[in-house]
Amino acid sequence: MNQKTRHPGLNLGPKHQSADDQAETEVFGFWVFMMSDAILFGLLMATYVVMRPNTNGGPGPQELFELKSIFIETMLLLTSSVAIGFSHLALKHEPRPVKMVLWLLVAMALALGFVGFEVHDFLKMFSEGGTPQRSGFLSAFFALVPLHGLHVTFSCLWAVAILGQMLVYGLDDRVKLSMVRLAVLWHFLDIVWIGIFSIVYIGGLA
Amino acid sequence: MNTWSDVWGFPFGRLTWDALPVMDIFKADGRTELLSGITGTAAAGMAVLGFVLVVILITVKGWWRPLWSEWLTSVDHKKIGIMYIVFSFVMLARALAEAFVMRSQQVVGHDGGGIVMPEHFAQLFTTHGTIMIFFMAMPFLTGMINFAMPLQIGARDVAFPVLNSVSLMLTIAGGVILMVSLVLEPFSTGGWTGYPPYTELSYNPGAGPDYWIWAVTLSSVGSTFTGLNFAVTIYKKRCPGMTLMRMPLFTWTSLCTSILMIFAMPPLTIATALLALDRYMGFHFFTNGGGGNMMNYANLFWLFGHPEVYILILPAFGIWSEVFATFSGKTLYGYTALVIATMAIAVLSFTVWVHHFFTMGQSANLNAAFGIATMLIGVPTGVKIYDWMLTMYRGRVRISVPMLYAIAFLFLFTIGGLSGILLANPTIDYQTHNTLFLVAHFHNMLIPGLLYGMIAGYTMWFPKAFGFRLDERWGYRAAWCWIIGFMGAFFPLYVLGLMGMPRRMSGYFTGEWLPWTIIALGGAAVILAGFLSLIVQLWVSVRDRKRLAVPVGDPWDGRSLEWGLPAPAPEWNFPALPRVEGRDAFATLKASGRDLGPPEDGFEDIWLPKNAAFGPVIGALGTALAFTLTWHMWWAVLPLAALVPLVIIAQGFRRNTEKRIPAEEVRKEWRAFRELAARTPRVPRSSEYTRDNRGHAIPMAQEAAR
Repeated sequence: MNQKTRHPGLNLGPKHQSADDQAETEVFGFWVFMMSDAILFGLLMATYVVMRPNTNGGPGPQELFELKSIFIETMLLLTSSVAIGFSHLALKHEPRPVKMVLWLLVAMALALGFVGFEVHDFLKMFSEGGTPQRSGFLSAFFALVPLHGLHVTFSCLWAVAILGQMLVYGLDDRVKLSMVRLAVLWHFLDIVWIGIFSIVYIGGLA
Repeated sequence: MNTWSDVWGFPFGRLTWDALPVMDIFKADGRTELLSGITGTAAAGMAVLGFVLVVILITVKGWWRPLWSEWLTSVDHKKIGIMYIVFSFVMLARALAEAFVMRSQQVVGHDGGGIVMPEHFAQLFTTHGTIMIFFMAMPFLTGMINFAMPLQIGARDVAFPVLNSVSLMLTIAGGVILMVSLVLEPFSTGGWTGYPPYTELSYNPGAGPDYWIWAVTLSSVGSTFTGLNFAVTIYKKRCPGMTLMRMPLFTWTSLCTSILMIFAMPPLTIATALLALDRYMGFHFFTNGGGGNMMNYANLFWLFGHPEVYILILPAFGIWSEVFATFSGKTLYGYTALVIATMAIAVLSFTVWVHHFFTMGQSANLNAAFGIATMLIGVPTGVKIYDWMLTMYRGRVRISVPMLYAIAFLFLFTIGGLSGILLANPTIDYQTHNTLFLVAHFHNMLIPGLLYGMIAGYTMWFPKAFGFRLDERWGYRAAWCWIIGFMGAFFPLYVLGLMGMPRRMSGYFTGEWLPWTIIALGGAAVILAGFLSLIVQLWVSVRDRKRLAVPVGDPWDGRSLEWGLPAPAPEWNFPALPRVEGRDAFATLKASGRDLGPPEDGFEDIWLPKNAAFGPVIGALGTALAFTLTWHMWWAVLPLAALVPLVIIAQGFRRNTEKRIPAEEVRKEWRAFRELAARTPRVPRSSEYTRDNRGHAIPMAQEAAR
């Protein structure tokens, strides 16, 4: 613990001095951004809790939610968070970015698997009459859960953009800082999912 | 009509000739409809004429290139701040004109009829409120913070300069949408709060609420980024020795406002986004049927709306703290108490939102809890009023233009605060809600509190931005007009409210109200004169800039770091980051006969962020998206929406984003500045408003010892 911590989470450390110096402001700023994003999700969760009884005679959680598929999604997303953690560690400790890129690809594959299962769930809900236009409950559901899915999708897009930057510029400070922030976002989306899992699915079925 | 055009809205979506205000004249049936059409057409005509004149002026003067390369793409916090304030002045002009039309209508419409139709009147109060909050007050205070805060904490720029430019351009994008709605109507008739279910498709299928939704959404996203940017700047970019409890009070209030922005703008984004989902995709959040719940909107909106009140007022409190200390020639009384009061207000502001809808059906106990919380906010605010008064006590008070506003603020704001304490009581609120009493109350807080504060700050910091003072004669005229005009325009509204006159009425048949609305119209005319005086003041000051020049940069014997810099300040602000040893950093230095710099360890190269086109591009995309979404031009919406992530990714590929200012240049400029200061005689405070004041002040401590 002799090294100064510049921001919450895994710091790049003195091996990456110039990037680490910038991280103090850049990553702190990103944490603040996450905080404001957390408010967005928190409000949508609160909206869901308020709207949950308003099924308007349409299908409710019992008819629409399928825990098996949701369990698989959860596992995929949590594992992808572990993978992004390894990628982040590899960035910090490995001299070459091979492992970092490999773990990043693993994380992306798992996250895209998550999104795929989620889309499959949504389509199944649609086929059972569970469209957002059907009731207040379903409106609230489809404002919250797909927004998280969109976040995951755009995180993958960001990862592709970072890999593109690496191809052009190599592992420079900008790429390192983007990787650190991407990891923060990835873990954040994991935590949001745990909230969704508990409040939307478990809370909805309870 | 082929199907392709129906589905994709090609080329103009649902935009038809009927959107032109001039069509109202052709279709007019009766006198009021005709006058209403003429009013709307005149307003649209003025907007178009203003735009064309500006374009011609820029073209004739050959300003396009400098406008682009020195202003629009600039990421310098000072320039961004100035652009914010210019923008807010333009919007203020429009919203003031609208207020004047509304006041006139409430005089001539006392027996029905008048100069605008009820629908038109509803658009007027909606745009007036929307503009004043989102496109006048917010940009004004954001501009002030942008300009002054980094200077006060000894920083070179904000933490994320390009993001700062994005925030500015998103705000301007929202403002452009509002201006466009003047030419291609209608705008929303749902008030600045846009309450559903009235703003839902079933009651309002037209473009109006969509204009409102996208304009407000653009501005709220911009403000979220602004809050983030300022908070990180204050936490991470302070110069050595600038501990939190040494920060000038304006910086403290900026910090609290930024924190409020981070937490309070997302609820607004959510509220408008969910309303958009209802309107565009048939969701059921706030609809009457389908399991919707409009109370959820009221909660979301005011979860933003109440902290917003303090987002607006806190920076003004910061400016007042600087004004009282500077123009009383002594240090701020009760600094710690003011900091604690500011923080207390920031925290309490999240606990009172239900008082905006006491009458909407929750239990009496809940109302009581929120009523008490509301009254509690009066306590820290009262602490502040006393601190400011005690700052003046035994000071050498100069009734300068900012100080005149400040003293008027003390009286008027206290009256407004007392009416707020009345409204905080739910039982009284039941009698006065939705009346002009409420309208009088919040204008009483926002005009003397916020707007006077912003004008005072504008007067105080103008020389720092441009190198010359604002003409004082016109400054006093404007101040008196604003003060008298405010009292004339809004005190009658208290009376009208207690007489039972509802807000937002375009016509009425109660003769007893008429005398009061006439007085209010007179007040509005005086306010208009105040605004025109500000314009004349700017004109006269630019014309007489040689006489008013203050190149040494300290015209008011200022107390915080920015006054130690030349006026206008160089792009890099400080030749070297200053070291601060206490509160009132610059006043302390002056008192011990020193000055800012030169840096102890010599001059070094300075790295500054290069200009970026990213902000304007995002702003243009935002404007185009908002417009095409409003008019259902789907064929354009999709590619524009796809462009946004592409532009962001392209921005990520930018490298070499900084430029170097050689140490030699910094040294040369600083030397020249110090030599100029050495040649320029110091002036006492009695010469503050004479041409002797070249911005080199005799420090108050020495002047008092004479």
